[in-house]
Amino acid sequence: MSGKTVTRADLSEAVYQEVGLSRNESAELVERVLDIISDKLVEGESVKISSFGSFVVRKKGGRTGRNPKTGEEVPIGPRRVLVFRPSQVLKSIVASATRSS
Amino acid sequence: MIKSELIQRLAEEYPSLYQRAVERIVSTVFDEITSALARGDRVELRGFGAFSVKYRPARLGRNPRTGDAVDVNAKAVPFFKTGKELRERLNDK
Repeated sequence: MSGKTVTRADLSEAVYQEVGLSRNESAELVERVLDIISDKLVEGESVKISSFGSFVVRKKGGRTGRNPKTGEEVPIGPRRVLVFRPSQVLKSIVASATRSS
Repeated sequence: MIKSELIQRLAEEYPSLYQRAVERIVSTVFDEITSALARGDRVELRGFGAFSVKYRPARLGRNPRTGDAVDVNAKAVPFFKTGKELRERLNDK
């Protein structure tokens, strides 16, 4: 594992290199991609990016949890969680690429 | 929403850009995340979430039909953890 962290800045730089836009516009477009996806998910809609994966919103019922430290019971209300399901393509790229490293 | 709808939506917001440019922008974003994960790197997008690679050790699995023991090799799998802001927005905070 190389342990490097890729951020928005790296994604914007890649977009900047790839398309003839300014650095500012590239950063703004990366942001819009993330925002559009987030807004759809908040509306409860799934977002499917072919050959990458899908983001799915799941509803979870309420349950009684426990504070693991004190053993105290804490109610956990119903909530929505986001699940990312990687595509088969992404899974195999990650599985085969990291095998050698 | 699917990828083509995302591209469509972005193209409407930026009428000055060619559709092809918008397609390349969207593909570049996901291709970059994919290559980072292929290198074993982490991708952290504050507010949205973080992609990382989790390593699953080799284990002894079972063929559910026959009950036979099968060796399952160690493997690396992509993982996503939702960011704080998005997690809160999903629960209208």
